[in-house]
Amino acid sequence: MTTAAREEMFTLRRRPAAEKWVDLGFRQLTLCLAAMVAIVLLAIFITVFQGGREAMGQFGLTFLTSSAWNPVKEEYGAFTAIYGTLVTSLLALLLAVPLGVGTAIFITEDLIPSALREAIGLMVELLAAIPSVVLGLWAIFVMEPAIRPVLQLLHTLLGWTPFFGTVPQGPGTAPAVLILVVMVLPIITAIARDALNQVPVELRQGAYGIGTTRWGAILNIILPAAISSIMGGVMLALGRAMGETMAVTMIIGNALNFSPSLLAPGNTIASMLANQFGEADGIQVSALMYAALILMLLTFSVNVLAQWVVRRLSLRY
Amino acid sequence: MTTSGSPQSLFERRPLFFDSGLSRNRGNTFFTGLAAVFAAIAVLPLVLVLFYVLVQGGRLISVRLFTDLPPAPGLEGGGIGNAIVGTIVVTLIASLIALPVGVGGGIYLAEYSSKGWFAQFVRFGNDVLAGVPSIISGVFVYGLIVATRLFAGQSYSALAGGIALSVLMLPTVIKTTDEGLKLVPNDLRLGAYGIGASRFVTITRITLPSAFTPIATGVVLAIARAAGETAPLIFTALFSPFWPEGLLNPIATMSVLIFNFAIMPYEAQNELAWAASFVLVIMILGANLLARWISRMTKK
Repeated sequence: MTTAAREEMFTLRRRPAAEKWVDLGFRQLTLCLAAMVAIVLLAIFITVFQGGREAMGQFGLTFLTSSAWNPVKEEYGAFTAIYGTLVTSLLALLLAVPLGVGTAIFITEDLIPSALREAIGLMVELLAAIPSVVLGLWAIFVMEPAIRPVLQLLHTLLGWTPFFGTVPQGPGTAPAVLILVVMVLPIITAIARDALNQVPVELRQGAYGIGTTRWGAILNIILPAAISSIMGGVMLALGRAMGETMAVTMIIGNALNFSPSLLAPGNTIASMLANQFGEADGIQVSALMYAALILMLLTFSVNVLAQWVVRRLSLRY
Repeated sequence: MTTSGSPQSLFERRPLFFDSGLSRNRGNTFFTGLAAVFAAIAVLPLVLVLFYVLVQGGRLISVRLFTDLPPAPGLEGGGIGNAIVGTIVVTLIASLIALPVGVGGGIYLAEYSSKGWFAQFVRFGNDVLAGVPSIISGVFVYGLIVATRLFAGQSYSALAGGIALSVLMLPTVIKTTDEGLKLVPNDLRLGAYGIGASRFVTITRITLPSAFTPIATGVVLAIARAAGETAPLIFTALFSPFWPEGLLNPIATMSVLIFNFAIMPYEAQNELAWAASFVLVIMILGANLLARWISRMTKK
């Protein structure tokens, strides 16, 4: 290499103006793209709020407590749907939390060979990938006929309580709860598994060292240490269950009148939207938008609460 | 020591071997069994759903399924060709919108303003957007585009459906890009600056390629999820019994076809719903395994 070439290599050169502009332009571009999230979120809120304003003015807060939904008389109240949303999602969680956390413990402890554990983990994750509409199809044609004898038995045994007071005739709240369990189970399992895996191994060794058994360590040490993340996962699952649409719409029966019975057809906000939005016009669209706003606020508060729980409950170990 | 409390006598009274009759050991066995039962119950739905979809849908697979249009109510035969094309078209539109916006937004969060208030705000907004129920994005696009006839006076359209899906994809893409870029060692960036690369060149030639795997995994998963979504499409893309007629007209998709045909009282339609489920599930599980494979390839 000649001296001239070497000098050429090491001379300071000014950046061409074009390069600076590209640099700056790219930064501004990504900034705008990042801002899209905020814009979309705001636009969703404004659109739904704006759409629901007419119904808000007309029905006010009685919309939340009235169970009249009568397109002919133009009377609308979302109590049936709100009740259905809360009952289905809470009952689904009640069943899914023990199942999900139990499964997570089973696949994080070394009870069975690790290949088998990974297979179970993979299957639960794949369950999350199955589209909700396919689960709905399965629920209609396979699950609901299969569990009807069980529901029938529940009715004969517990028919005197208002919750089982009607004869199961196909679609209803109870099958919807079960399909919701299937849908939120993978979320709870995945988050609980990650949380359990993150518990420091010293905690477990310390517990074994003072003479506890495996389950003594799990129940008294490991679960409490992981509880904050698990709670966060449970709240996320609650938000998902409230907003879940297709499978629930297909199996819940979409009743317009209120019934406290779990065996009778019910309704949720999401299924009401899916069912009626296409054919609605006038004030009904506005009432549906109002209901959509309530659903948004419900899921929003649950999700924010989930983030708060994770931050607040986390143990410092 | 001669008192009865000496350690020696303690061991004599309780020999050191495993006694399965102890209440603590019985409790252990009970809980282990319970966890095993729970795990079995958790896996059961997947096995059952897959079994029914593969058996009920698999036996209907034929060439006509992919080339024919769905039959009119009450008629036999037919296929879901238009719905397969429609799902691909709508998912493609959604990806074309969500990928550039999501990857760009993720780059801003990870590379330009990792800890600024704006980045924190966008991250929070992204988490909120990820929690918005899918039906709400349908309601949103209905109110913004369909009801106002924003696109050339058309109401329901493939484009509106794609936009509704992109709202759902966006948070996943941003999150995976952000997290993927954060995993890139800072030395790589400093090295690139050191030899005189500009920030733009560093990001496009160094950091983005080294974060390719996590981003690609997340993107494939987001696309797979969008392809199976139904709720945002029911009243944006609607449905059509015909072949796609451009982006500004209603379009059939497999997910909406399953929904519409499952609740019809006709055998032929129900069977097509199973067949569409088969195609959709195979596509989505395939994409999931692909994503898993991508992330495993680079770990080795």
